[in-house]
Amino acid sequence: MPPIDFADLPEAEAQCAELAALIRPQLAPDTALIGIHSGGVWVARRLRELLGLAEEIGMIDVSFYRDDFGEKGLHPQVKPTSIPFEIENRDLILVDDVLYTGRTTRAAINELFDYGRPSRIRLAVLADRGGRELPVCAQFCAWRIDLGDGQELVLESGAGGRLRWRLAEHA
Amino acid sequence: MPDRARNPQLNANGELTHLLSIDGLPPDVITHILNTASSFLEVSDREVKKVPLLRGKSVFNVFFENSTRTRTTFEIAAKRLSADVINLDVARSSTAKGETLLDTVDNLVAMHADMFVVRHAASGAPYLIAEHLRRVGRDDVHVVNAGDGRHAHPTQGLLDMYTIRHYKKDFTHLKVAVVGDILHSRVARSDIHALTTLGTGEVRVVGPKTLLPALVEKMGVSVHHDLREGIEGCDVIIMLRLQNERMNGALLPSASEYFRSYGLTPETLSAAKPDAIVMHPGPMNRGVEIDSEVADGPQAVILPQVTFGIAVRMAVMSILAGN
Amino acid sequence: MPANNLQIANGRLIDPGHGVDSNVDLFIAGGRVAGIGAAPGGFSPDRVIDASGLIVCPGLVDLSTRLSGIEPELAAAVAGGVTALACPPDTNPPLDEPGLVERLVWRSKTLGLSHVYPIGALTQQLAGRKLAEMNKLTQAGCIAFSHAKHPIIDTQVLFRAMQYAATSGYAIHLHAQDHHLALDGVAHDGEVASRLGLTGIPVCAETVAIAVALQLARATGARLHLARLSSAAGIALVRDARRGGLAVTCDVGIHHLHLSEMDIGYFDSHARFNPPLRSGGDRDALRAAAADGLAAICSDHTPVDEDGKQLPFGEAVPGATGLELLLPLTLKWAEETGLPLSSALARITCDPAAILGIAAGSLAVGSTADVCIFDRTAPWLVKPETLRSEGKNTPYLGYEMAGRVTHTLLGGRLVFER
Repeated sequence: MPPIDFADLPEAEAQCAELAALIRPQLAPDTALIGIHSGGVWVARRLRELLGLAEEIGMIDVSFYRDDFGEKGLHPQVKPTSIPFEIENRDLILVDDVLYTGRTTRAAINELFDYGRPSRIRLAVLADRGGRELPVCAQFCAWRIDLGDGQELVLESGAGGRLRWRLAEHA
Repeated sequence: MPDRARNPQLNANGELTHLLSIDGLPPDVITHILNTASSFLEVSDREVKKVPLLRGKSVFNVFFENSTRTRTTFEIAAKRLSADVINLDVARSSTAKGETLLDTVDNLVAMHADMFVVRHAASGAPYLIAEHLRRVGRDDVHVVNAGDGRHAHPTQGLLDMYTIRHYKKDFTHLKVAVVGDILHSRVARSDIHALTTLGTGEVRVVGPKTLLPALVEKMGVSVHHDLREGIEGCDVIIMLRLQNERMNGALLPSASEYFRSYGLTPETLSAAKPDAIVMHPGPMNRGVEIDSEVADGPQAVILPQVTFGIAVRMAVMSILAGN
Repeated sequence: MPANNLQIANGRLIDPGHGVDSNVDLFIAGGRVAGIGAAPGGFSPDRVIDASGLIVCPGLVDLSTRLSGIEPELAAAVAGGVTALACPPDTNPPLDEPGLVERLVWRSKTLGLSHVYPIGALTQQLAGRKLAEMNKLTQAGCIAFSHAKHPIIDTQVLFRAMQYAATSGYAIHLHAQDHHLALDGVAHDGEVASRLGLTGIPVCAETVAIAVALQLARATGARLHLARLSSAAGIALVRDARRGGLAVTCDVGIHHLHLSEMDIGYFDSHARFNPPLRSGGDRDALRAAAADGLAAICSDHTPVDEDGKQLPFGEAVPGATGLELLLPLTLKWAEETGLPLSSALARITCDPAAILGIAAGSLAVGSTADVCIFDRTAPWLVKPETLRSEGKNTPYLGYEMAGRVTHTLLGGRLVFER
């Protein structure tokens, strides 16, 4: 098992507040949040509370749109995508926990376009760990950190739904 | 005997590579398929009813026995996964020219098929194909059994389980009756295996002795010959189609006598639980195995079964293609 | 050319028909057994076969061998230690004409491998309508009459055929399976067929046909042999009939002594047999019948090519290659049941010889020297290339067998040596 070290990692809940503060001045009257399963959904829920948005958040699972299906197969726990509002001409903020290669964001944008044509999509992430393989960047980001190839930043929902970071090392 | 213990549906890692039968599938594999199907159900409600999962893959519908209905559901499922779908009506073409089943398979493999959806009149034909693919080193090509003889119709069994889970949640406390021509029914066999694998409280089969297989109780079911008694207190009633050719002969005297004894009417249905659901794999023979009042009534979930069927087939195809 | 005088030295000689089981030498002169234990006066061997550690027994006698190609199958016969075999009439064309029978006898004699005893067709074309010319066929070389696995649907025809055969004392071999009850059936009507959705052949298909055959044998006085019984209930009927004084005999296929419906596994067409492999309880009853001598054992050798087996279970051709597995599978059965070797060998030597009414299966002084010498424990792998038969169809493909023939003699002539 990889070593777990909470000590040096920043408070995820505090970062959610920072992210909300970044987004607040940029909100349009029709802005809606869409979280990417699973971590992105947790962050989007938190942002909705902090921003006081009336609209429910959308939830999206990109398993059916991934480009590594051929190698990795179908993710064993696919969650339904659920977008409880029309996205045609909406201003959307796509929310994820960690931005890495950019492939998940690509898949999510693809999937969103199967629902309609938003007027704008921006990206909000709690952490950007670098290592992009596609031309993707986040408009809102609370934490920039450089990690090695064998490391993985994982957002966990602990007791009472408290969000916290875990750093996993892969051999 | 060699290979006899090996389940040809699973690869060395225990993952599903072919779907040939429910018999022998571990419960978690079934549950995984049902869970995946619920995600796909939502895809069918979208404006664009399509995901790019199987883009560039070729799915061959190889139907040695005609069934436009089943073939269409597989075709829709494959197309919603963005696969290229090729329908082959081999019922008349190649076999009529003396080509063997495996010749046909070799030809289609040479055409770069990624998946076969096979319907065949002979029980076990999809096993023969899967075994052949293994022997020629092409187990990257997946086989989905879309009905083989009397043996199995696993996607129907799975969609029936999806339906039951949708309406009744948990299987362990359920009483389920499968009614009618069990002997000739691949749907019945797949349903029975799925129900027992998922730990259903009680599974009953109901029918005259001429339509029940020998030692059917060894499949983990109780046997009833009286319809009222058989569905008494049941949560789920699965009615089976009675094929025309069985209606008048040595198995049954007539369709009308069958309806009198085994046709599900509002009166007999009252023996089941008030919230019992009534299922049927279709196409229905109204007035033979089921009364129209029941078929169109509030307890029938026959049309939802069809909708769930697409999602279940999408789930099966995407899980196979990924393994 | 044959060695005139042959000594088989240092082996364990088992002649089940004569209660011989001891470490004695066998002396052969002029194609016949000339002495056991002690050499006859003035005997000097042209060749001595050292049978140390080996078993010497009569050449095996098989109640039914299908000869798809005569030469390769007879080569397989002697490789399996079989020196006399009965050929059922379901050849193509069927053995319903004296000319066909004469040709088969002549061809097999020319080859000089195993003795071939044709069983003639009971009805013309095996169609179950008109009687075949039994007298002429007997003259041509037929030793009995049967309908192979073809049905005689009309009981009147069967009755007449048995009456006619009884007139001249011809034996009748019947596969007891009611045509209508077995119709379209491909497997035992039990647990496995029900689970796999295979059309079942109920046990009553066998018992009904046995009951009919027994009644007709009683009514006509025909000499009846029931071939390839498959069920406990069928065995019980034969046991009762014999207890009641009827001189009926029966046999079981060697595969039926070992396999059951469970061996179909996932539609293995190599486990498709006619009659079908039945339940474990049926198999136990067949084993008991063979053990106590009620039933002889038969290879029911049926070569089927790849095309005939690479089909869905119900469409595949039934049957298995058997000539080269008859001995090792008999030894395996004897070992598993703790039966004395001599009793086990009786079921494939003197017992079938008595049923066929042929001078074979004996090593008494004066008998034709048809001999099988085998290594009881020698292991070998069942593979297409280790089988001489053109039929590679066996559920034992890839299996290791114990017991292998080292020498086969036909009339004192070494026709096979490994």
